[in-house]
Amino acid sequence: MNKKKLIFITGAVAVGVVVQLLISSGVINPYFAQILTLMSMYAILATSLNLINGITGQFSLGHAGFMALGGYFSAILTTKLALPLPNFLMFPLSLLFGGLVAAAAGFLVGLPTLRLRGDYLAIATLGLGEIIRVMFVNWKYVGAAAGMKGIPGYTNFLWTYVIAVFSILIIVNFIKSSHGRACISIREDEIAAETMGINTTKYKVMAFVIGAFFAGVAGGIFGHLIRLLHPNSFTFMVSVEILLMVVLGGLGSITGSIAAAVFLTGLTEALRQFSDLRMIIYSLMLIVIMLFRPQGLLGTREFSLDMFSKFTKKAEKAER
Amino acid sequence: MKRKLFLIIALLMVASLVLSACTSKDPAPVNNGGDKPTGETIKIGGILEMTGNIASFGQSSRNGIVLAFEEINAKGGVLGKQIEFVLEDNKSIQVESATAAQKLIQQNGVAAILGAVASSNTLAAAPIAQDAKIPLISPSSTNPAVTEVGDYIFRSCFIDPFQGVVMSKFAIENLGAKTAAIMTDNNSDYSIGLTEVFKEAFTAAGGKIVSEVAYVSGDTDFNSILTSVKNAGPEVVFIPGYYDSVGLILDQAKNNVGFSSDIVFLGTDGWDSPTLFDLAGDSANGTYFSNHYSPDADSAIVKDFIASYKAKFNGAIPDALAATAYDAAYMIAAAIESAGTTDAAALRDAIAAVQLEGVSGNIKLNEKRDPVKSAVVIKIDGGAQTYYSTVEPN
Repeated sequence: MNKKKLIFITGAVAVGVVVQLLISSGVINPYFAQILTLMSMYAILATSLNLINGITGQFSLGHAGFMALGGYFSAILTTKLALPLPNFLMFPLSLLFGGLVAAAAGFLVGLPTLRLRGDYLAIATLGLGEIIRVMFVNWKYVGAAAGMKGIPGYTNFLWTYVIAVFSILIIVNFIKSSHGRACISIREDEIAAETMGINTTKYKVMAFVIGAFFAGVAGGIFGHLIRLLHPNSFTFMVSVEILLMVVLGGLGSITGSIAAAVFLTGLTEALRQFSDLRMIIYSLMLIVIMLFRPQGLLGTREFSLDMFSKFTKKAEKAER
Repeated sequence: MKRKLFLIIALLMVASLVLSACTSKDPAPVNNGGDKPTGETIKIGGILEMTGNIASFGQSSRNGIVLAFEEINAKGGVLGKQIEFVLEDNKSIQVESATAAQKLIQQNGVAAILGAVASSNTLAAAPIAQDAKIPLISPSSTNPAVTEVGDYIFRSCFIDPFQGVVMSKFAIENLGAKTAAIMTDNNSDYSIGLTEVFKEAFTAAGGKIVSEVAYVSGDTDFNSILTSVKNAGPEVVFIPGYYDSVGLILDQAKNNVGFSSDIVFLGTDGWDSPTLFDLAGDSANGTYFSNHYSPDADSAIVKDFIASYKAKFNGAIPDALAATAYDAAYMIAAAIESAGTTDAAALRDAIAAVQLEGVSGNIKLNEKRDPVKSAVVIKIDGGAQTYYSTVEPN
């Protein structure tokens, strides 16, 4: 198992390095590089939200808020405080800082709100996201309603991709651990989980904090990619967009979230040329997909190479 | 088995869509420097808010640009080549504006970019244009920070502080006001910036601000803040906000709080929308606001512009956004003509030196790449906008 994981990590990182080399040498132009970076960033956002919504079954609508917290606080570190550190240290440090601020906010807010269930939690987290946004609208130090300008463009594809690979690995490991199973049991039946002696609040908060942390990291990546942080970049619609990726990929399926993040980011770009019709085509495609696959593209299943080996085994059996 | 097959098919569909998304782009060669115009046309990119919450602004701007380029092409284009306008939608959000800028520069190889409308969106696109050294002209981003991004970023409209000064000057000189109240939209940088400029200019000229109140865009009940404004007894009330809130404020001031008609309401270009009349009705009469241009202005170029705009867009009267976008399109055409090339550095210098008579006033850029030009004051009378006066910059 460990060997397999090692092969997976080295393989994934190698792919990233090759793509980055292609970008640096100009084979892939900056436009595609930016789209690939956005895809990786949305993959982090979608998987981290999936941990909260899909795995633990807590309906959260505040992801854009955590993203904003991470984005602004990491940008404060790189823009406002001139620490004497080289860029390659400064950037991950600022992302870590942004993630930790978002996680701390997730902890503070999660503790009381995660006692709520279903719709009530959705409304509470929706409110939270808006409160964070309005806080940045009124905070003069980070530019208030004009937004924060002059953020260095540290983000490149390799950084985003490697961070995406590692954050996904951490989330997958968490899900496979006993903590993760506790989270899944809460999703399946909260009362039954409680009867089995699982501290439901503890595990819900744990999943919420981890999800918030990675949303914060993604926010930092976003800020250093666009080089401008504007409160309007973190509206409720952004939370919905991320939720859409999770639902489309299948609640509870990490690979589904990644596939949906890549698919939806690519789709918005591909439809750009249709201008006015763009949102109509986009919505229509979503309706069609949800009609035929109400459980999402992958449901709760994961996509892996083992699936193909099962196919071949079955085929072999059939031949006999 | 059947379900698995379906799953595989679904995944293949996803993969093919993503792949087609990546490959169906123009195979146009990357034109980083834009040394020579490639082919028969000169490509000019546009990043506009075609969808999203300020789509009506983006569509007016598109109309202005399309009209200008059609006129230029009908006269033989520039440098003997036709102009091709490549428009990209930014959904009125920042990240899409940045991606649109990348696409126009890398995929379409445009010589220059026009857009975006909102300052926040232009600020997201500008660093990319600046890095790639592709000139960008925003037709209507009035925030001073926009052109501070770099020496390849220009605009064809005046900046916010100028409007604040214009209205303060107007209040003192034309209306003889000595006391003023200000109502600020705390959610909008535009409103906060204008409030500061107006306050400074008004007090510097010997006036007194007797009341300052704040609201947030989206509010619908302004009775309590209007009452406190009324009790302070100002001669003029300055509201640098957007038409949706302002319409409600004007209505409630006259009908609920009972402002007398001696108190004059003043505003800025955010008031420029028919929605204002829908919301305020007769209460809007007797108010003044500053704008980029007036369809009633008495000049030949404005009359020609309105006539051809009406002819092309089913009798619609062009608004200020269409006018500044039209001017921005003419600015880039004039600059390419005088530079004699689309080489980025030469084009940049040509735009900086451009001088032309536009529908929104005479355009001449200062060292900050902002136009120094006149503003018009519009009076709302009988439920319509009427031209009142032109205020020259000093």
